[in-house]
Amino acid sequence: MTASAYVLEYHLVNYRRTWRASALSTLVLPLLTMLGFGIGVGGYVTAGVDGVDYLDWLVPGLIASAAVQTAIGESTWPVLSYFEWLKVYFAQAAAPLRVADIVTGHLAFMLFRVLLSAGAFLLVAAFFGTLHSLWAVAVLPISALTGLAVAAPVMAYSASVTSDSYLAILMRFAVLPMSLFSGVFFPIESLGLLRWVAYVLPLWHGVDLSRAATLGVSPGWDGLWQLLYLLGWGAAGWSLAVRRFGKRLVV
Amino acid sequence: MNSPLIQARGLIKRFGDFTAVDGIDVDVRAGEAFGFLGPNGAGKSSTMRMIGCVSPPSEGELRILGMDPRRDGPRIRARLGVCPQLDNLDTELTVRENLTTYARFFGIPRKVARARAAELLEFVQLSERADSKVDPLSGGMKRRLTIARALVNEPDLVLLDEPTTGLDPQARHLVWERLFRLKQQGVTLVLTTHYMDEAEQLCDRLVVMDGGRIVAEGSPRELIERYSTREVVELRFTTDEQGTYAEKLAGMADRIEVLPDRVLMYVADGDDALAEVHRRSLSPSSALVRRSSLEDVFLHLTGRTLVD
Amino acid sequence: MLTLVLPKLVSFEGAGRRSASVAERNVTALGSAYWLVMLGGFLEPVLYLFSIGIGVGQLIGDIGLPGGATVSYAEFVAPAMLAASAMSGALSETTFNFFGKMKYMRLYEGMLATPVRPIEIALGELAWAMIRGSIYSAAFLVIMVAMDLTTPGRALSAFPATVLVGFAFGALGMMTSTLIRSWQDFDLIGSAQFALFLFSGTFVPATAYPAALRWLVEVTPLYRSVDLIRGITTGTVGWVQALDVVYLLVLLAVGLAVAGRRMERMLCK
Repeated sequence: MTASAYVLEYHLVNYRRTWRASALSTLVLPLLTMLGFGIGVGGYVTAGVDGVDYLDWLVPGLIASAAVQTAIGESTWPVLSYFEWLKVYFAQAAAPLRVADIVTGHLAFMLFRVLLSAGAFLLVAAFFGTLHSLWAVAVLPISALTGLAVAAPVMAYSASVTSDSYLAILMRFAVLPMSLFSGVFFPIESLGLLRWVAYVLPLWHGVDLSRAATLGVSPGWDGLWQLLYLLGWGAAGWSLAVRRFGKRLVV
Repeated sequence: MNSPLIQARGLIKRFGDFTAVDGIDVDVRAGEAFGFLGPNGAGKSSTMRMIGCVSPPSEGELRILGMDPRRDGPRIRARLGVCPQLDNLDTELTVRENLTTYARFFGIPRKVARARAAELLEFVQLSERADSKVDPLSGGMKRRLTIARALVNEPDLVLLDEPTTGLDPQARHLVWERLFRLKQQGVTLVLTTHYMDEAEQLCDRLVVMDGGRIVAEGSPRELIERYSTREVVELRFTTDEQGTYAEKLAGMADRIEVLPDRVLMYVADGDDALAEVHRRSLSPSSALVRRSSLEDVFLHLTGRTLVD
Repeated sequence: MLTLVLPKLVSFEGAGRRSASVAERNVTALGSAYWLVMLGGFLEPVLYLFSIGIGVGQLIGDIGLPGGATVSYAEFVAPAMLAASAMSGALSETTFNFFGKMKYMRLYEGMLATPVRPIEIALGELAWAMIRGSIYSAAFLVIMVAMDLTTPGRALSAFPATVLVGFAFGALGMMTSTLIRSWQDFDLIGSAQFALFLFSGTFVPATAYPAALRWLVEVTPLYRSVDLIRGITTGTVGWVQALDVVYLLVLLAVGLAVAGRRMERMLCK
């Protein structure tokens, strides 16, 4: 465990040099989406959704979606480049670290980034008065869990490919459709049978839980199953990632 | 009889306050292999880029194939073959495609391009790797491919900027051998190098450059005769003070150079000189008699070694 | 002397031919994975159309155009997605890829040792980006017709407009690439692009914004592009659309001129 902490420390030190570059996309983009979409488009959704103002309904979905975006951003190009171009993982593997430490440490850093962007977004949301309950704080652990549920398996994917074309393919064929059809912008009930695809993917559960939290509605027992389901994605992804990393690093 | 393929008079290249090429005169005639010899930063590559029509001269006159590079860039480049110092092969294409696509930039018809690519791959001994991507090739193979690419338009003039820098000895010899074949076929070669052996192997005529200027000009043999002696004795002594021995050696040679790790004696007959050294019981830890090279010419002209 | 007068196979004619050879290089470089990436590029606006145009459209219903006509929200959003995808297709090829070829692959250095000139490289790359972008646009227009979001006739006349939009953004992207210093700046470009995507009258009419923001939005290139294409696909073309065309043509000319000159300065030092 302490060994993963050293790996985390490495990534944090690195981040101290580069955080400025990512600050813009972490803060400004969510803010723009909220303004452009929540307020702009929201102005035309006169009836609201499920009896809630469109902006208030949209914001928790956007936070979960931003958490997923950050998690994906951190688990794709950086992972590929640490294998292919910068060879950071190989350097770490040459130190007395186990593969699991390398994976866990980097994953911990990704969750740190997810928490940063979810936290920033949450503050902006509070400023716009879209949070209905103190339970909104629960959005932070929910974001971290949702982030884990996508970052871990995607990390395994990024460790299995050698060209960034495959990352572009993942973004377009998996991440974008998931972001657009997981109940962030409109209720998935209108998807018909396709909504089962959203149920299978992690994002919808993150959106649903976050929405329950900011609107102060109890998710009931379903909420517990959703948490466990996300955890399942994370755990399966983690063990897959350890296996893929092992294939590359221990030869 | 032949009008020169390259003619430069008072050619100057400045980058801001820095003068990279400081007024050089050069004539390169058809069919010869001409070299620019000098250390890094001597202005060789800047000169090559001007000749390649990708860098406008700051001052002076430059005519290539009888044309003005400022006005006729594309026309001149159509008849040049360029092998740059760092390979800029297309890593997204295969070995063969690197040649065929490049040929298209010259407007060579596809069919002709394919035939010529096959021929050139044969020439640089890469036929077996024709369908491989560029990245997995060794340094020597990449350089040979770059040379093949420079020949794809059957150029009148081939420019080679440090053709063997960074290659291992075996790969260097293979490149030299190919370039020598080109020379035999009558292709005009212009190359830069900081390797003496390369200049001696390949160049009919060369200029020695230092600090943007030309400090000597001639064939390798002429330069050695003019600026050095026939033979050189290299002596190493166990103590750090090579210099104190230099005084004791004075008068035994035409000239003595003291380098940090050895003393060079320039003499007509090396064995005689060495015998004299032993007779005076100066007892060097090692001694070597060799023929003079362009390295010695450069040392004499500039007081510095070429590769440091 | 003989070599100097011998007729060569090399031809000098036409910047056009040399530009085409640059585009040809990109076709040769297409890898197997690239086709999937291309399919993804086509899919992107379609996904947005279904998610926002139809999904969110169910919450909105109909929406009023500036001219007074009323259309369904999907009809309103579809031309905007088309314009935005023409923009992002052109920009991805002329910013990220172009910059990489120029700075890191040193591909253009090799090309410039041949008769190809910097401006011809710029034109060739632009032409290539346009071929790709036009395929996306044509496919998207077919989908719009199939979904009854426009008529076949309007779709046909919208096609050249999408090509113009692509050319204008391609030139703009290329100009930007020659002006930026490092990869970090791409974050800025990406953010700017996203802001354009959100606020260019794409999802709501510009009239929904406060006056100051509205004027700012109306001078951006994507707004003009959306306005042009929406005018055509909804059949509400007027004088404003002629202005849009002039605006995009000027953008194209300025972008190309600056890009060509900057490339010459950077690559032919």
